[in-house]
Amino acid sequence: MSKITRLLGHMQCGEKGTIVSVGSGPMREDKPEKEGLTERLLEMGLVEGSRVEVLHEAPISGDPIAVSVRGALVGLRRDEADYVEVLEDSE
Amino acid sequence: MNTPATVPAPLVALTGNPNCGKTALFNALTGNRQKVANYPGVTVERREGIAVTPKGHTLKLLDLPGTYSLDPKSPDEEIALEVLLNKRADVEAPSVLVAVADATNLERCLNFVLEIRALGKPVVLALNMMDLAENRGIELDLVVLEKELLIPVVPTIAVRKEGTATLLDKVEEALARVRASQPVQIVWHRPSPDELRARFTEVDRIMKLATKSKGRAAEWTRRIDDVVLHPWFGHVILLTIMAFMFQAVFAWAEPFMDLIEAGVESFGVLASGVLPEGPLQSLLVDGIIAGVGSVLVFLPQILILFLFILILEDSGYMARAAFLMDRSMGKVGLHGRAFIPLLSSFACAIPGIMATRTISNRRDRLATIFIAPLMTCSARLPVYALLIAAFIPNATVFGFFGLQGLVLLGLYLIGIAFALIVAWVLKKTSLRGPAPSFMMELPTYKRPSVRNIGFGLWERAKIFLRRAGKYILITSMILWGLASFPKAPENATEPAIQYSLAGKIGNAIEPVLRPLGFDWRIATGLIPGFAAREVMVSSLATVFAVESEDEGEVERSLVEKLQTAWPLPTALALLVWYVFSPQCLATFAVTKRETNSWLWTGANFLTLLVMAYVFAMLTYQIGTVLLSA
Repeated sequence: MSKITRLLGHMQCGEKGTIVSVGSGPMREDKPEKEGLTERLLEMGLVEGSRVEVLHEAPISGDPIAVSVRGALVGLRRDEADYVEVLEDSE
Repeated sequence: MNTPATVPAPLVALTGNPNCGKTALFNALTGNRQKVANYPGVTVERREGIAVTPKGHTLKLLDLPGTYSLDPKSPDEEIALEVLLNKRADVEAPSVLVAVADATNLERCLNFVLEIRALGKPVVLALNMMDLAENRGIELDLVVLEKELLIPVVPTIAVRKEGTATLLDKVEEALARVRASQPVQIVWHRPSPDELRARFTEVDRIMKLATKSKGRAAEWTRRIDDVVLHPWFGHVILLTIMAFMFQAVFAWAEPFMDLIEAGVESFGVLASGVLPEGPLQSLLVDGIIAGVGSVLVFLPQILILFLFILILEDSGYMARAAFLMDRSMGKVGLHGRAFIPLLSSFACAIPGIMATRTISNRRDRLATIFIAPLMTCSARLPVYALLIAAFIPNATVFGFFGLQGLVLLGLYLIGIAFALIVAWVLKKTSLRGPAPSFMMELPTYKRPSVRNIGFGLWERAKIFLRRAGKYILITSMILWGLASFPKAPENATEPAIQYSLAGKIGNAIEPVLRPLGFDWRIATGLIPGFAAREVMVSSLATVFAVESEDEGEVERSLVEKLQTAWPLPTALALLVWYVFSPQCLATFAVTKRETNSWLWTGANFLTLLVMAYVFAMLTYQIGTVLLSA
C-alpha cells in the first residue's frame, strides 16, 4: 500500500490525509502564488502536520469545498486549496 | 490601592477570532451601557461600552473586530491592529487586553492568543462557551493553561453572563500590575510563514499538556451540513429559506406598515388641527410629516429583514449561504457573501447596503453597494402596480401566465441582469484587482441568542432612523418648498403644482426628457419622487388633479387619466426608467456613509441616472417605431 501526495484542491468529498506542504510546493511550480495566500492558509489552520478531510463540496460545480482541519470547518475555493499538498491516507 | 474617582476609566480591549462569542461577551459585560459609532474615515463599527467591576470601578470596554491574526486583510482588521499598536489618534491605548477564545475549539483560537500575548501588554484570556465545551465532553486543565500561557485564564459563558465578575476581577488585577510597572513599547511585525508554523507547533505543545479530554466532535454540525450543503438539496433549502424570508418581509410587515401609515396620517390631521392654515401648516403636514412618513413606513420591513439576517448570521447558516452562492457570484467577480446583501435589497437597498459590512474585501464591497439599488425594492412596487394596471392588458399568455405578472417579473429580471453586468464591468475596470480569496470558516451551528439579536435589531433601527431620517427631513422640506412655491394665482385653471418651482423645473427639463416620451407631468412628478420612489404615485395624482378621500378611488381615476394621457411607449419607458433611476436619496445617504466617499456615491448616482435615461429612451423610441409599423 503506497501513500500518494495530492493537491487538496483536487481531492473529493470524504478523502482525507495529512498536510505535508503549504504554499508553492514542488507540485505547484507551474502556478505563481497569490500574495499572502500562504499566510492566509496557515492562519486558517492549514498547517503542515495537521489532519485534513474534505467534507463538503458546493453543489453543481463542486467548488468551493469545505474541509475539516484543526477542529474547524473551512470553506475555500479549489484553486486556493491547490496550494496545500496532502499525503492521502490509503484505504 | 484604589484609583481615585478623578482618574479616567482605563480602556480594556476585547480581541479574538470571529465566531468565538466575543460580541456576546461584550454585551454580557456592558449590558445596555454601550454605544456603536464609526471609526472616523472608515466604515468599521466602533463598539464601546462601560463595565463596572465587582469592586465598583468603572472600565471602558472596546470590542475590536474579530480577526484570525494581526496581519490585516480587511479594513476591520486594520483597525484592530492600529488600536492594539496605539496607532490611532482617536483611540487611547488600551491598558489591558482581553483575548476571547472559544472553549470548544481552543486549539484554533490559541494561535491568535499567542500573537496578542507577544505584544507585551497584559492579557487576560476569557475561555468562552464553557457550557458547550462541557456538553461535548471537552475538559481543559486551566491551571496548566495558565502556567503555559503565563496569563490569567477565566472560564465564561457569555450568553448566561457566567464568569463575567471573575473576568472583570482579573482585568482589574492586571490593571494594578500595569500601574505598578513601566510602560512597555509595543512592537509587532508581520509574521513570516515559518514564524506562523512555529506558533502552531507551540499551540500543539500547549494543547497536548492542557487537554484532559478531547470530547466529541460537533457531530450535529456535520450532520446538518450534510443536508444543508447537499449537492441537490443545498440550493433547494437556500431557496426555501429565502422565499420564506421574503414572504415574511411582505406579509408580517403589512399590519405594522398600515399602523405607521395610519399613525402618520392622524399625526398630520392632529397637526393641521393645531396649526392655523397656511404655509407653516403645509410645510409640517404635507412636507415633513408626509415625507418622513413615506420613509418611516419601511421600518417594519427593514427590521423583519434584519431579524432574518441576524438569525441566519448568529446560527452559522449565513456562511453556508455564501459557500453555496460563491460560484455563481464569482462569475461576475463578486464574493459569495455578496448574495445576502443583494437579496436584502429586493426589500430595500438600505439594509442591503448596510449588510455589505460582512464583505471584507473593499473592492468587492464597493461593487456590491454599487449594484444594490438595481435590485427591485418594494418602494418601486406601487409605481409598477399603477403603470401595469393602466397599460398592460390583463391577458393570459401561454395558457396560464398573466401578462401583467410577466411584465412585473421582467422588470425584476432586467434589474438583476444589469446589476450583474455592471458588477462584471466594475470588476474589470475601476475595481480591478487580484481575485479575492473566498476562504472563510464555516462556524459550528449555534442556537441564536435572543439578547444578541435584540441588540443587533436595535442598532440597525437606530442607524436607519438617524441616517435616513436626517436626510429625509431635509429633502422633504426642500421638495415641499419646490412643489408649493410660488403659489398658484387666484384664478388658476391648472393644478397648483404647475405654477410652483417644481412645475417650472418640470417644464424646463421636459425637453431633455422628451426623447423618453415623458411630458411635463412626468417630469414634475419625478422631482418629489427623489424623496422616495413611491411618492411618484401621489405626486402624479397631484399633477393630474385627482382628488378623492378614498385611496382606491384615487387610483382608479388615476389609471383612467393615465390611459388617455400617455401612449403605451411612454408608460413602458417610465417603467424602464424606474428599474434604473437613482430616485431614493436615503439610499445614497447610506451609500455615502458606508463608502465614505462622495466621489463613489456621485459616480453611483450618475451611472444609474444615465442608465435610466438611455434605456428609457431606447424603450420609447423602439416602442414608438414598432407601434407605428
